[in-house]
Amino acid sequence: MFFTYLRRELRRRLRQAIFIALGLAVGIGLVITVTAASDGVKNGQAAVLHSLYGVGTDVTVTQPPAAGASRATTFGFRQQIQAFRRGQIATGTKININNLVNTQYGTLGADSVGKVAGLRSVHSTAGGLSLNDVTVTGTVPSVKAGSGSIASNFTTNSFALEGVDVSNTSLGALSAAKMTAGGGFTSSEAKADDAVIDSNYAQQNKLKVGDTVAVGGTSFKVIGIARVPQGGSPPDVYIPLAPAQSIGKSSGASLASKVNTIYVSVASATDIPAVQTEIAKALPKATITDQDNLASQVSGSLASASSLANNLGKWLSVAVLIAAFLLASLLTMAAVARRVREFGTLKALGWPTWRIIRQVMGESITIGIIGGAAGVALGYAGAELIDKLAPKLSATVGSSSPAPAAGGGALKSLLSNVPHTVSVTLTAPVTIDVIVLAVLLALAGGLIAGIFGGWRAARLRPAAALAKVE
Amino acid sequence: MYKLSGVVKNYKKGRGTVHALQGVDLVIEDAEWLAIQGPTGHGKSTLLQILGGLDRPSAGTVELDGVNLSRMRESRLTRVRARSIGFIFQTFNLIPTLNAAENVEVALVPLRVSGAARKARAEQALRSVGLGDRLRHLPSELSGGQQQRVAIARALVKEPSVLLADEPTGNLDEGTRDEIIDLLEDLWVGRGLTMVLVTHDSTVAGRAQRHGQMNDGRLTVVPVTGQARQPGSRPALG
Repeated sequence: MFFTYLRRELRRRLRQAIFIALGLAVGIGLVITVTAASDGVKNGQAAVLHSLYGVGTDVTVTQPPAAGASRATTFGFRQQIQAFRRGQIATGTKININNLVNTQYGTLGADSVGKVAGLRSVHSTAGGLSLNDVTVTGTVPSVKAGSGSIASNFTTNSFALEGVDVSNTSLGALSAAKMTAGGGFTSSEAKADDAVIDSNYAQQNKLKVGDTVAVGGTSFKVIGIARVPQGGSPPDVYIPLAPAQSIGKSSGASLASKVNTIYVSVASATDIPAVQTEIAKALPKATITDQDNLASQVSGSLASASSLANNLGKWLSVAVLIAAFLLASLLTMAAVARRVREFGTLKALGWPTWRIIRQVMGESITIGIIGGAAGVALGYAGAELIDKLAPKLSATVGSSSPAPAAGGGALKSLLSNVPHTVSVTLTAPVTIDVIVLAVLLALAGGLIAGIFGGWRAARLRPAAALAKVE
Repeated sequence: MYKLSGVVKNYKKGRGTVHALQGVDLVIEDAEWLAIQGPTGHGKSTLLQILGGLDRPSAGTVELDGVNLSRMRESRLTRVRARSIGFIFQTFNLIPTLNAAENVEVALVPLRVSGAARKARAEQALRSVGLGDRLRHLPSELSGGQQQRVAIARALVKEPSVLLADEPTGNLDEGTRDEIIDLLEDLWVGRGLTMVLVTHDSTVAGRAQRHGQMNDGRLTVVPVTGQARQPGSRPALG
């Protein structure tokens, strides 16, 4: 009887039922489409950020260079330049100096990685050394010692290098890389003079697997060529951390046991703020950067799309959903008001109030489910439309963006030096979570309308309801 | 058996208070047919609602088979209505989306009768009121008399001990009125029902055993012919 009565009643007020269901469908469809678009934008952002930041990394820890540290212009050659100026290097001497230097960041002590690894909610850590390999070649000119410019007689070549913790390559600079030739590092290569080189650098320098590359005066065998997705500004050469520490210098000092970047993976995304606070306590001078800091530096149409999806889209769908819920509730209450005599009769026949409420709620929830199903279809159509029509979005990361108020560090430096524009194809993936959300919203819409309608039906006194008949 | 003692019903209307019933004392024996007449707004329907447990008196007691309905919890009162009291209304009050058989089934729903048994009993009840060929018809496809027959079948399908009818022939033409009253009388006789019928129609009231007159919320009860009529002794309709 419940279903027969429900079906007949919905058929009787078919237009109203369709109207309510459509209202809910539009609201739910919008929520699905906007959520899918928002997810698509997030995926796009993640793709951009991962190329810069490393897949799996939640937080990076760096430290600003100490005052008076080696300047980028000298690249650690201060001693040689002074010797030349003092006339200790003879005119005509051929110079070929290759140094691996830390120019951008302060160094973090040997125990820093362990300190961070020991913090609560930290899942894993990996230390890294972001360095520059600089080679100066030329012949000492015939000029008076202590005067004149010598720069024009020398050629300087440099490339960016990353010392990688080979025991945990799932974090850090190589985590987002895909090997296009050869292989990556294994933990047995912790001290090996092996190198992985970036595919663009390999192409520019015509390098292939098996060739050698000079790093700080030591030859490293190329064992693999890697491509970092979506562009970004990846290092040119990756070598194991131990040789990087051994060869590298920072203001003339050894980098033995030192790192200048710590990549941190946190157990849960919700723990990131707490982990940042704990790191700040453990390493007071450190600069701590998470993906949000980095994301705030992303501009371009991807950022606009993100803003559109997160602000306008979200509020628009919430507003439409609230309007749909209100409409459903009001129309259900109006329908109950028109059925006062009917419900009064049922009460006179001995129907308990709960049975009448169940009938009203059953009708509302059925409309909600129909609206939800239509909403899912609408949402899918909306997401499909975005997939079909959405143009490629661009994300610009770098000097055009304002630096974040806090954080930045290695990445800030990386970003502010070289602005990058990365193209991302916007997709709108409809996930099972979104479908579950839609079903829950549909049920909620039906329930809310049913509760209002049921509440009105429950308040009916049978005598008063039947009095309307007279 | 009904026993009403000092029943008062007041209710607010705007700023004033309406005294719908002013100290009604009444005893209705089992299997008795009482007709209540009176001008509109003098408390007939209010009395019927109080008898049916649809409303509670402001004062006084309403006993049905020794149980005080006026103090009964709503859930129990609902069960009493579901099991023991059948209602018939002037405007039939059928559910427009359900067919004749389903409308009758509705009365068995609160009694938790199984679907098949409900269907069988509903069809039997409709056949007993002469609507065996109209089981699947919607109320809108039935005449006024047929709709009232469906309402009677709905009231009686649960085999109640009491039938309360509020102007059951008020919306019917004379010929149909007579058919309905004949039917009600047959059912009263056949089932030993206690029947209370509110009507404006003296002809209809004349068929009852006793006749009550409501005036300004006060009830005066007299036998129709000066002597209580026995079930089966049917006077002619005027």
